[in-house]
Formats: sequence, structure tokens, C-alpha cells
Amino acid sequence: MIGTLMALIAIVGGTVHPVEGEPIENGTLIIEDGRVVAVGAGLKAPAGATVIDAAGRVVTPGLIEAETRLGLVEIWGADETVDDSGEGDPIRAAYRALDGFNPDSRLIPIQRAHGLTLFVTSPGGGLITGQAAAVPSWSGPGVAAPIAPVAMVVNLGGRRDGSRGVAIAELREVLDDARAYAENTRAFERNAYRRLAASRLDLEALQPVLAGRLPLMVRADRRSDIAAALDIAAAFGLKLIVSMGAEAAALAPALAAAKVPVIVDPLLNAPENFQRLAARGDNARVLAEAGVEVILSSFSTHNVRTLRQAAGNAVREGLPHGAALRAITRAPALAFGLGERGVLRPGAVADVVVWSGDPFELSTVAERVFVGGVEAPRDHRQAALLERYRTLPDRARPLAPAASDPAPGAAPKAKKAAETPAR
Amino acid sequence: MTRALSAPLPALPLLLALPLLLAACGGAPAKDDAKPTPVPLDPPVAEEPAALTGVRDVAPPVLVRDVTLLTAKADSPRIERGWIRLKDGRIDALGEGDAPAAAAGEAVIDGAGRVLTPGLIDTHSHLGVYPAPGTWAHADGNEMTNPITAGVRAEEAFWPQDPGIQRAVAGGVTTIMVLPGSGNLMGGRGAVLKLHPARESRAMRFPGAKDSIKMACGENPKRVYGQGRKSMPMSRMGSLYLMRDKLIAARRYARDWADYRANPKKKGEDTAKVPPKRDLVLETLAGVLEGTIQVHIHCYRADEMLLQLKLAEEFGYEVASFHHAVEAYKIRDVLAARGVAVSTWADWWGFKIEAWDGIEQTLALTHMAGGLAVVHSDSARGIQRLNQEAAKGLAAGTHAGLEPDPGAPAGTALDAHAALRWVTINPAIALGVAEQTGSLEPGKMADVVLWDRDPLSVYARADLVWIDGHLRHDRVNPQPPWSDFEVGLHSGLPGAQPPAGAARPGTTSGSQSSPQGGQR
Repeated sequence: MIGTLMALIAIVGGTVHPVEGEPIENGTLIIEDGRVVAVGAGLKAPAGATVIDAAGRVVTPGLIEAETRLGLVEIWGADETVDDSGEGDPIRAAYRALDGFNPDSRLIPIQRAHGLTLFVTSPGGGLITGQAAAVPSWSGPGVAAPIAPVAMVVNLGGRRDGSRGVAIAELREVLDDARAYAENTRAFERNAYRRLAASRLDLEALQPVLAGRLPLMVRADRRSDIAAALDIAAAFGLKLIVSMGAEAAALAPALAAAKVPVIVDPLLNAPENFQRLAARGDNARVLAEAGVEVILSSFSTHNVRTLRQAAGNAVREGLPHGAALRAITRAPALAFGLGERGVLRPGAVADVVVWSGDPFELSTVAERVFVGGVEAPRDHRQAALLERYRTLPDRARPLAPAASDPAPGAAPKAKKAAETPAR
Repeated sequence: MTRALSAPLPALPLLLALPLLLAACGGAPAKDDAKPTPVPLDPPVAEEPAALTGVRDVAPPVLVRDVTLLTAKADSPRIERGWIRLKDGRIDALGEGDAPAAAAGEAVIDGAGRVLTPGLIDTHSHLGVYPAPGTWAHADGNEMTNPITAGVRAEEAFWPQDPGIQRAVAGGVTTIMVLPGSGNLMGGRGAVLKLHPARESRAMRFPGAKDSIKMACGENPKRVYGQGRKSMPMSRMGSLYLMRDKLIAARRYARDWADYRANPKKKGEDTAKVPPKRDLVLETLAGVLEGTIQVHIHCYRADEMLLQLKLAEEFGYEVASFHHAVEAYKIRDVLAARGVAVSTWADWWGFKIEAWDGIEQTLALTHMAGGLAVVHSDSARGIQRLNQEAAKGLAAGTHAGLEPDPGAPAGTALDAHAALRWVTINPAIALGVAEQTGSLEPGKMADVVLWDRDPLSVYARADLVWIDGHLRHDRVNPQPPWSDFEVGLHSGLPGAQPPAGAARPGTTSGSQSSPQGGQR
């Protein structure tokens, strides 16, 4: 039943892409209590299982978006719905995306209908921007809570206030002071220590980064900025993720050697600005061939649903299909420490999509979407608008309520309409 | 002022004279053989740069055979295995089955089962006026110093060195309308361009295509002027007021010029009248009233589109297309009946309040209501993938199980042929150039694309693109960059080099090198 946790589900007969491992024809996927318990060719559905026939369909892990403001920004043009950014101080390590996150964002169900099961939503602005969170695309009962923090976000590159050198020095200073803070916390608390470059909360928030537990996600396009991020990560022993990475291909061997995953926009293929002069459409392919763990992103908020189109375009530019699927499932799960997600094998969280065909192909639709073993609702506001306007209303009368509008409000309205002559 | 001594010219009938006069408004005073030709007071801007378009060299003939032709015509939209001949910049002939023998000097390209379509057309591009790399120094698309700047021309801001142009061609695009932005209510003139490499925009002009005016309603002008500067328009009513006010002035302006043209001399005297003062804003708007300038309106909300149609009725002009139009599905019957094209995206929505009601089925619903659905890009990235956007629009409609509205006209079936029309013949109609391009028909411009597979696939790539018969893109044999900006951009530098041109180094999946590889 949609929206509730089913104890036992068997998805049978489809082509299962476990992501780690080769595709399985006529594969069976068995889900129990929100986890994958078995994957294999032609496995029999256990007794009592809800059986889903996926013959002729493609079964993949749910898609994971690595770079979005989902739940932080509803409408860019409506200030009161824009919660992605702290203000003023460029050091905002304590800023937590999750604090302002809106689980009732009307955007989320729209993306979920295209196979999104999890997304990393992160703040913007400043130098040390704050903490990203990973959020399941369905938050009903039985689904795991958001995971946060999953990364500390940093923006490098040309800034309006000050030069690159200023920003990089500031970043080093704050990291250095965070280390000093950890070593001298008691003196700091007694006010017997020198002034530090960030607030106590910021310095606290940076401790898991310094410990190498929380990745530092650095948004950088220019080769020199990516190189600076690599240097800083090496100097402080940080776990690094590079995001945007327009010129990352030029550093592919170094990124591979440092085992740094790179989040890439495969639609970026032009010198769109002076930080992207060496942008190339086959960035993902070049990085993957060098051994870099590539993650693909829509870099979108309203259209995370284009993530699979982005993956298709990466394939168009030479990235192997399997690598592109990994880049929107397992690769982000690994990079952000999301555990057994983005993969279909026993023990994995049952984030699963049944597609009508190749998930990247534009004619394909996500037919069933499971988040943590719960089949998520497929309706959303756009679907309701479509229903209202599927046939044009008689404009002499008030609009009929859409199918998904709550019934209690609708009934008196309809009655009133019947009694009042149309004007 | 020149004093003309000869007898007055017979007065031309006003209605006949008007279009002629407006087209040449500001032109020379009346003929007077006895006097030296006077210098025109206000020299008109040349509309047709004949001297420049004339230097386009003649394209060599090409025969493409063993190819699937998707014609974008209502009848015979698909020829499964056929051939097409391009000659003298035009589609010379096409047919089914085996190709005729190649003529002497004709390049022959084996389609090898690939797919050939008309060149794609984008009704809404800011290539050249917001070129790459994006920076304030390049931002030339919005003259946001006054909400009405109808006299400025996007063509005069267009930087032909925009690296985005070649990439658009690599995506199969052959014609665009370049438009000013939407910060202003009447932001200026747009121009229809062929995407040839060129040294200036006028050499790219689509011969015979009308200019357009870019108008905008809704949030943008309100934000720029009302929010940003506490000046008019602060509200939608202010926007309509300003538009109407200027159109009234334009009507008077048009009449003043018509009167002057009809009676250039004072009554009963040989003395020439002083011609009306030329006003570039009103001149463009007079062109709107006369139908010599096409009207393209940036507008999201259904109610505002209806308001704009009412305004058009008041002043007797037609709206060629609404742009963005994310609520067009709500008034698709009206738009279809009025023949107003809907230039929109497949799925952009929600980034501002007036885009909040966007759905994925606007293209499909517009089409099925008998309207003119057009995929536009408004984006240097989107323009590279118009075919993908059409495919998404088709898929959204198909999966929603849409049925044609009752009484929908023929040709409203939702299928792959319809989707191809959204990026070919429909935008050609919206731009008024459908007689010349937009479908595979003998006599039309040789604007064609050879795809490596079904262009509605996400994996499809344009192998070869011809514009006016000139091969402008060859994926396997990439051309050097068109843009001077990209020349030597990475020379002498360490690090991996991006591939030359807009293409990536060749894979050979199903494509063949062309005998014309590298032609400029």
C-alpha cells in the first residue's frame, strides 16, 4: 500500500541494476522491513510477499542528488521561502541546512516522481557555507530520518569581497584555529586564550572535519581553486569532495591519487565564465577514466528531476552507462557516508525505482518509487494541476476541484456553485 | 528645409501608402529633379544588409542517401529510407528509396540508416547578447534604464564571437531569434539570425525575416523598476498603463508620418512641410501597429497573457508568440484560436512566483488543443539540447495519457512527429519564416541535421549540420573554434586541454567522416 511500510515485497522479472555488480536479467529483488534481503536471477517470491511484476522493466537503486537546495528554497522570487544562506560573516560552519529545512516543500514530491529517493541539500553563500544534510524524498512513517551533517560546504573562487588569496588564507586560518581551539578548549572557555578566527560554534562544527569524519565539500571551478582545495585537504588531513569542478579534468590524475570524488554537471561544456574557461562536456568521462569517483548532479532545486537526463548526457559524452548510474546512486552515497544506499544487495536500504525502460532515456518514466521500503505516493501539485486542466473547464462556472484536493473543503464550494448563477 | 518648386505629388491613398511610408520613415523628401538630392534628415537603418549577405559563398552540392528523413511536414512526416539533395543553399530534391546517381562534383554522404531532420529553430535566444564568458562587460541584453526602450536592437549588441553559437549549431540549431531580455516592458527589437560564423550580426540575418519587438509582463519589470528603483511600473497595472500609453503615442506617430507622406507640402503652396521628428521607440511601435514588426511577449501567467491579447485587440496588432508561458495550458483554447504560438520549456518552473504553476504537459496540451507548441531555450545550455526538451515534453504528455480536447482539429495527435515539429516548423511559423525553413521540402533553405540516431533519444548527437547548404558542424572532424575568444585559450598552458571546437574527439559509433570535413 502506498505510503506505508510493507513487511515483505518481491519485485520480480525486471532487469535489476545492483550498481555494484553486473545487471541481472529476470532479476528478483526481495525487500523486508525496509531493507533489501535478496537480489538474484529468477529468485522465487517468498510466501506472503507483495509481488510487483517488473517484467520488461528496469530496477535500480533510487537516485541520489548530491547538490541541491531542495527544502531550503521554495521559490527564489519569494524571500520568505529562501533559507539556504546565512548572512554577513563568511564563516558559517555552524549553519545547518537542516535547521531551516522544510520537509513540506512542494518541490520534493515532484522530484520523487522522477525516481529521486534521497538528496543532499546544502547551504550557499559565504566562504565556509555550513553543513549539508541528506534527506529521504519521502518522510512518512517508517522512513529513516534525515542524516546530518553529511558535509561541511566551502565556496572557493572569485569573490566580490576580496581576492582568492584572501579567501584561501581565511580558510586556512579558520581550520588552523579550529585545531587550536580543540587543543586549548579549556583555556578558551576561561577566556585565557588568544582570539580565534571564528565563533565557538563554528570552531566546534569544524571538529569532525578536522578529524576526517565529515567531508569538506569544496565548490570550485578553476583549476587553481581545485588545486588549492587539494593542498588544504592534504595539509589538514581532510576528507575532500570537489563540487562543480568545471576544470577538474585538468587535475584528473591528482584527484584520483587523492581519492577525491568530484561532483560534475555534464551539461557544462563552455567557457561560461572566467572560472570555467577549460570547461569540457566530457569532464565526467575524463575524470572517470583517470580513476576519479564521479558524481553527477543536476545542480538544480526545482528540476532535480533532470538528474537522469544529466546522466544520459554524460553517457552521450562518453561516460559508460554503468558509471553514469553509479554516479547518481552509489557514488554520492559513498562520498557523503550514507551507508548502504545507492546499491541493491542484502542489507541495503530499500530505496528502489522501477523504471519503464532505460532510466536515462527521456521517454522512460519512474513507475514505482520505494523510499526505505515504503512505496512513496506519486501525486504532487503539478499532477493535481494537470488533472484540473486535463480538460478545459467551462469558463462560465467555477473550476472543479482537482482530484487530490481535500474533499471536506470541496463539497460546500460545489454546492454553492450550483446555487449561484454563473457570472 | 528644402523648398520644392515643382508641383505637388498626387496624394497617395492613405491606407496604401502607410506601410511603405513606415518602412522608409525618415526617408528622403519628395522627388525634385530640379534640385540636388537633399540629405535625408534621419537616415533609416538599413534593414537588409544586401552587401553583407551577398558575400556568403555558394555552398557545394551534397547528396545524402540511405537515410531516414523526418520531414516535420504534416503529411508524409517520415520516409524510412530515402535521400535528399542540397544544392545552391536550398533543398533541391528528396525522395524515397534508392538515391539518384550523384551529379558531377556532388559530395555523397552515406546516411547508413541515420536520421535527417530540418535544422532546429529557437524562438528565444540570448546568444551574443549575453555571451560566454558571462560577466558585466558582456551583459548587453537588457537596456534597463527605462522600462520602454523599444528602439534598441539586440542585433546591435550581438557579439558574433560568443562561443555558445558554435555549440548551438553542434546541437542541430540553424536559426535563432536573438532577443533583448525581459527587464523592460518593451525591451527592444529582436532579430532572426542564421547561425553562420560571421564577423557581425547583420551578416547572419535571416533574409526577409521581420524584426520583432520583445515585450515583457509580470515580475521582471516590476522588480527592476518598482522594487529596485521605486519607479513605474511598480505593479502590473502600471505595466499595462505604460504599454498602452506608449501605443497610443505610436498610433499618433504613425498617423503623423502617414499624413506627411501623403501630403509632404503645405496646402496650396509649394513649400515642403517639416517632417515629423523621428522617434526610434515610436518607430518600432508603429511597426507593430503596421504589422512590419512581430510581437513576442515574455509572459508567464494565463491572466496576463489574456490581458496582452486584449491590449493587442485594442491596437489592432497580432501577438506572434508568448514566451515562457508556463500557464499557457490554462488558456490553450484561446491561444489556439488566436493562432498565438506558445514558446516554452519542457519543465522549467517554480523559480519565481509567476512560474509556480508550471507543469510538464504544457507543450503536449497546447499541441493537442490545435495550438502552436514551440520549445524555446532562453539558455546557452538549453539551446544545445532542444531535441531532448521536445522528447521530455512528449514523454510527459504520453505518460499522463492525454487525450485530445473534444473537437480538436486534425494533426493534434501526440507523437514523435509532433515533438519534432515543436523544434522545427512550429518555431519557423512563430518567427514568420516557415516559407523558407523548418521542414524538409524542395525549395526551402538547406538547413538540415544528420543525427546519429533518433533525435528524441538522450544519446542522440548531431553528426552533420548544414545551414544554407554549408556544412557548419561535423562531429567526427571538429572544426576549429569559430570564436576568437577560444583561439589559443589554452595554448602554452599545462593541464589537459579541452577538445578543439565544440565537439569532443571522435568516437565512430555509426557515423562517418564527411568529404567536407573542416569546411568553414
